[in-house]
Amino acid sequence: MNVPILQMRGITKTFPGVKALQDVTLDVNRGEVHAICGENGAGKSTLMKVLSGVYAHNTFEGDILFENEPCDFASISDSEKRGIVIIHQELALSPYLSIAENIFLGNELASRGWVDWRKTNLEAAKLLARVGLSENPVTPIQHISVGKQQLVEIAKALSKEVKLLILDEPTAALNDEDSDHLLDLILHLKGQGVTSIIISHKLNEIRKVADAVTIIRDGKSIETLRVDQGGITQERIIRGMVGRDLDSLYPEREPQIGEEVLRIQDWTVQHPQDHTRTVVHNASLNVRKGEVVGLAGLMGAGRTELAMSVFGRTYGRAVSGKVFKHGKEINTSTVPEAIRHGIAYATEDRKHYGLNLIEDIKRNISMAALPKLSKRGWVDGNQETTVANSYRKSMNIKAPSVAAITGKLSGGNQQKVVLSKWMFSDPDVLILDEPTRGIDVGAKFEIYTIIAELAAQGKAVIVISSELPELLGICDRIYTLSAGHVTGEVPIAAASQETLMHYMTKEKE
Amino acid sequence: MSALRESLGFLASRLRQVGIFVALILIVLLFQVLTDGILLQPQNVSNLVVQNSYILILAIGMVMVIIAGHIDLSVGSIAGFIGAVAGVMIVHWGWAWWAAIPACLLVGALVGAWQGYWIAYVGIPAFIVTLAGMLIFRGLTLITLKNQQITPFPDELRALGGGFLPDISGGTSVLEWLTVILGVGGTAALLFQSIKERRVRRKFNLENEPMAWFATKTAFIAVLMLVITFLLASYRGTPIVLLVLAALVIAYSALMNNSIFGRHTYAIGGNLHAAELSGIKTKAVTFRLFVNMGVLAALAGLIFTARLNSAQPAGGTGFELDSIAAAFIGGAAVQGGIGTVAGAMIGGLIMGVLNNGMSILGLGTDYQQLIKGLVLLLAVGFDIFNKNRAGGGSSIAKRFKLRTTPPATETKTPAATTAPAKPATPVAAGSRESENA
Repeated sequence: MNVPILQMRGITKTFPGVKALQDVTLDVNRGEVHAICGENGAGKSTLMKVLSGVYAHNTFEGDILFENEPCDFASISDSEKRGIVIIHQELALSPYLSIAENIFLGNELASRGWVDWRKTNLEAAKLLARVGLSENPVTPIQHISVGKQQLVEIAKALSKEVKLLILDEPTAALNDEDSDHLLDLILHLKGQGVTSIIISHKLNEIRKVADAVTIIRDGKSIETLRVDQGGITQERIIRGMVGRDLDSLYPEREPQIGEEVLRIQDWTVQHPQDHTRTVVHNASLNVRKGEVVGLAGLMGAGRTELAMSVFGRTYGRAVSGKVFKHGKEINTSTVPEAIRHGIAYATEDRKHYGLNLIEDIKRNISMAALPKLSKRGWVDGNQETTVANSYRKSMNIKAPSVAAITGKLSGGNQQKVVLSKWMFSDPDVLILDEPTRGIDVGAKFEIYTIIAELAAQGKAVIVISSELPELLGICDRIYTLSAGHVTGEVPIAAASQETLMHYMTKEKE
Repeated sequence: MSALRESLGFLASRLRQVGIFVALILIVLLFQVLTDGILLQPQNVSNLVVQNSYILILAIGMVMVIIAGHIDLSVGSIAGFIGAVAGVMIVHWGWAWWAAIPACLLVGALVGAWQGYWIAYVGIPAFIVTLAGMLIFRGLTLITLKNQQITPFPDELRALGGGFLPDISGGTSVLEWLTVILGVGGTAALLFQSIKERRVRRKFNLENEPMAWFATKTAFIAVLMLVITFLLASYRGTPIVLLVLAALVIAYSALMNNSIFGRHTYAIGGNLHAAELSGIKTKAVTFRLFVNMGVLAALAGLIFTARLNSAQPAGGTGFELDSIAAAFIGGAAVQGGIGTVAGAMIGGLIMGVLNNGMSILGLGTDYQQLIKGLVLLLAVGFDIFNKNRAGGGSSIAKRFKLRTTPPATETKTPAATTAPAKPATPVAAGSRESENA
């Protein structure tokens, strides 16, 4: 029954100064869904790049056997010829080309160099039916949602007669509904004989689809758990990933809640491009001193839109509503104004909106509050270094020095730099948008501890998160949003995943 | 032994900065040999400085614009236009030189404000605005000059282009002592500053260059400065324009490293969205960068006109290309966020020495252009090669990146942060959250 399709033996890959993979073993059986788990930087993506030929066969040590034949891929096209297709976390689709063109990109259905459009669109339609996507093949990619784009990627893989499909964090950008659909599709393809390797942070997903889990830690394969050999449990996976038991995932805290600090009232925001759509409807919420307030909602609920429109109108148009701080109405219509009134917003997308990745730690930390370090427009570099060093210590940012380039740090450390930046701007209200996205378990705990400390210092904290257990673990009160409406306000004592989900899916009439 | 290895390792990590400097030295030595020693003769060194001063001044502004992620194609035309304006003011209207110079710089600022407005506040890419500016200001130059050159200019203005500091010995010495004093003083100040900075870095626990490397580098630069001082002092002394240039380099280096404005410029070029969300007034910074570029272009135009003693319809043609090349050879990144004033100066000197050396050899402009083009290509190519090797990314990984659909998290493009400089807005802008709404 268990016929191996892929055997990777003794894979060792070194980068200058770093051993990214060390003697890694991976066995995947034909027709199974095999999950790969590990903290960020554990070497999961590197392993997949080795497998798919992104790293040519002479740049690493070890052997790869695919269908019992050795592989020495020099490039991705070599691995694709053998039926190994990798779908990266960041999709490789061309936005202005149609779905059909994207599916057959680099593999065009053509005779003598001329594309056969009829055949292209016909074949594309068949592939779309296989992945359960009802879209016209001539629709440009930019007009369909990310969830659907993911399905197009899979259709593209199917067009290459895929035998082994590798998905790198396929649901990271998807909402629950799209995620479920994708996971069902993976199971469906499994029924058709396609073997899948799935890299994921979401342990519940892994439990749902995986037949086996290989855990990678610090570039080494720790163990492979199989469902048919005693099963896969969340605790076991977490223990394997971090090498220790996590008895308490969230720091203990005793909230000391004071008076109201920020109140948002009747906040309405329109979509920046589509004037007919209202993204946030008459939202009202408040946060008090020392309180951690959660914003829960499914994708499209308008959480980030709400936060960014409050923070200097960085999202949306025709924004209306009032913001009060300590009971007095304030103007937050530009980012400098919002910062001046003591509001900080740490984005959910630190690489694109949060950090200057080519700049060092200290200059990123000082970016939002340079005037605090300056006299008459001139920055005191020594003071800046001192400040950055103190944050490096207190936030436990792992880097050789504060002159290290932020682009080279791990996700968790980058997030700590972003938080340091906003803490240095000395806000009264911090809005943290998905503060633990893409961060490994150990660093998540550190971020929760920082949030708890901020609240203990008397800051008002708003946390936006897609992970309900996280909100339940750290918040004092949770608002739910659904399709732009605030549909519920739940004190932590009354909150559970079920009650929150009930409000998050509630339709406002 | 370990100190040596440490130094070598450090050298490898600084290959780009060191490499460009070494390249300059090698090019100088090469032409010194090829020209039988003419290149480093006192008179020629003096010429080199004066001939390249306006390109170097333009390169200061240009590297700042490039760091912010923009480009300016119009500086040559602006320089020509300001030359024409100076001609009209001084020769036709009879204005005094001390009134005309600030007036010309003001016109330059207005020109920069005009372009900065379209780029920063309207959001038209700098490439387009300054391409238009290149035509507009060339046209205005021709109109102002009525297609004829204006000449002659008063001696005071001409000194700005080709004048020297006075001889304080009254002609009794072979050396210009004022130049010697300036050169030695400047070298001492540089040594003092370098050592002080090293101390400060150690005090704040920042990594320092290895001692051996620091000593070699500092000693080398000091010797170099003294040699140049000697060469200049044994001809006619310090060109006035060199003093102007030195002041600008020091001031702008400090501005870019230590001022809020400079920091914001790097932040904008490194990540425009992050800068905007950190409360940086990105539009105002961009606007000011172009105003500054206009002023520096005006200064370059004045110096060029003063040197030729004539405002010419074609004055300044091609300056934009030389100054852009200087910035890129000097290590500025096309995507923005990276670059230094000092690097741009070295880049400009490489171009200058190539020009000068090849002219001495009697090579025509045909071969000169060919070789300069290849040098630019090689310098930036070396840069990219180096980066790829350091990053470990194969060309395929690179291609993947380029064609990548951005991750979902960035599909929400905030309206206010749409970048004028980076027109490639993410795919499916604002669609993910909305599609499901």
